[in-house]
Amino acid sequence: MIVAERKPFDEIKELIHGYKKVLVVGCGTCVAVCLTGGEKEVSVLSAELKLSNKTESAPATFGEATVQRQCDFEFLDEIKDIVGEYDALLSMACGAGIQFLAERYPEIPVFPAVNTTFIGVNKDVGWYEERCKACGTCVLGMTGGICPVTMCAKSLFNGPCGGTNHESCEINSDQPCAWHMIYTRLAKQGRLDNIIKICPANDWRNQKPQTLVQPGYEERKASAE
Amino acid sequence: MKSGSTLEKILTAGHFAFTGELGPPRGSNIEAIKKKAAPLKGMVDSVNITDNQTAVVRMSSWAASLFAISEGLEPNYQMVCRDRNRLAMQGDILGAYAHGIRNMLCLSGDHQQFGDHPQSKGVFDIDSTQLIQMVKNMRDEGTFLNGQEIDDAPKMFIGAAANPFAEPFEWRIFRLAKKIQAGADFIQTQCVFNMEKMREWIKRANDMGLTEKTYILAGVTPMKSLGMARYMKAKVPGMDVPDNIIDRLKGVDKKKQSDEGIKIACEQIEEFKEMKGVAGVHLMAIEWEHKVPEIAERAGVLPRPQV
Repeated sequence: MIVAERKPFDEIKELIHGYKKVLVVGCGTCVAVCLTGGEKEVSVLSAELKLSNKTESAPATFGEATVQRQCDFEFLDEIKDIVGEYDALLSMACGAGIQFLAERYPEIPVFPAVNTTFIGVNKDVGWYEERCKACGTCVLGMTGGICPVTMCAKSLFNGPCGGTNHESCEINSDQPCAWHMIYTRLAKQGRLDNIIKICPANDWRNQKPQTLVQPGYEERKASAE
Repeated sequence: MKSGSTLEKILTAGHFAFTGELGPPRGSNIEAIKKKAAPLKGMVDSVNITDNQTAVVRMSSWAASLFAISEGLEPNYQMVCRDRNRLAMQGDILGAYAHGIRNMLCLSGDHQQFGDHPQSKGVFDIDSTQLIQMVKNMRDEGTFLNGQEIDDAPKMFIGAAANPFAEPFEWRIFRLAKKIQAGADFIQTQCVFNMEKMREWIKRANDMGLTEKTYILAGVTPMKSLGMARYMKAKVPGMDVPDNIIDRLKGVDKKKQSDEGIKIACEQIEEFKEMKGVAGVHLMAIEWEHKVPEIAERAGVLPRPQV
């Protein structure tokens, strides 16, 4: 899932400063799972905003709406009848959702209430860890299911570097060395020959905006355009 | 000859190589380079010019390498993967070669978090092994990384680093083999303090035939004080400082610690001269360049052979 964290409250306040009617828009998918931007977090943020606005001479008003997915026009349509009542939208979705909300309602200013941080996993409730940088050229087959691009601080393809600190990364003793993990796992599986070969330079496909059209959907895309 | 550098000539002639290091200034101060360069002249075969070492901004490595040449030194131009992508790297290599630089050391680079711009974006477009292979293909195939032809290919003597001490120890020798396969003509190791582990690593390199394919220069750093030894043991990633080094420095008067540090370094160099598979020593006298003549003299590596 995509993991995000809420921006500091003062930064959010500053972003929407001067707007009198603000709709806080949550997203019921990834950011809800990581406890950042779902229905519950929308009501907490709007309550905080209402409270901090009480002292203002002309307090702003805040509405709340959470759609199932902000990265999908079908769900963004659900709020089409109410957005006209607001002069700003404050999105708690990931960066993709925020942009799609702004694209769907281009007349209304949209502001982010979260920083989108990574593609990660749910280690436990409230505990998420990054696992993928979406580089576009997956090498997990070679590396025993451990991503060197994400998990190695230097994104080495022929590691480990000389900074390995016992089994930790040089940047932080709490961060395991990705290449130590790769070596250990492949050794146990008897697959070290995978990494004896030199891995060539990566094709960084994430350096420009990407589009995917699945086979069989090209015509549908053309007619939509 | 691959590049015709002095370092290459020394090593291919079978002489015991002796290389030094010079960290460029944190500014445009040419005098600082001259001051560091002067004591190295005639003492070493080649001088590593570090590239934003410890991720701290300094004068660029190629520019300081050119000053080293004008000061009568042969630079070993260091390049890290942290600060530039494959376009900038290849462009710099062309320029460096055109200006007379003939040795290159290909490194990953310390992570930017350690340095003076911890918010910076680390590039790491390619890694050190891929960089070695790229420089080799530029030289031997006359092609860029994309396969296109180079108009007058840069012919570098290619170096790589190896850390015999970092975990997983079992894998280190295979990573060395990968760097040699990629095209490393010579290797400079991490500072050696744990001689026992070094002997074992070199033995494995000999057993695998790796020392027939590359020249290994053992890294030697003289300890300036007990404090430095303790700092390196505790704080520097990938460093293995055993207790016997600490104990020896502890055992002498504080004023004599730097002398004891040089003595330990000289004993190491003596052993490396006899160690099968070691082709030379890379002396990293950190911010101690003016001591290099004394160390070279005491280590018995003078005069340097003329090749």
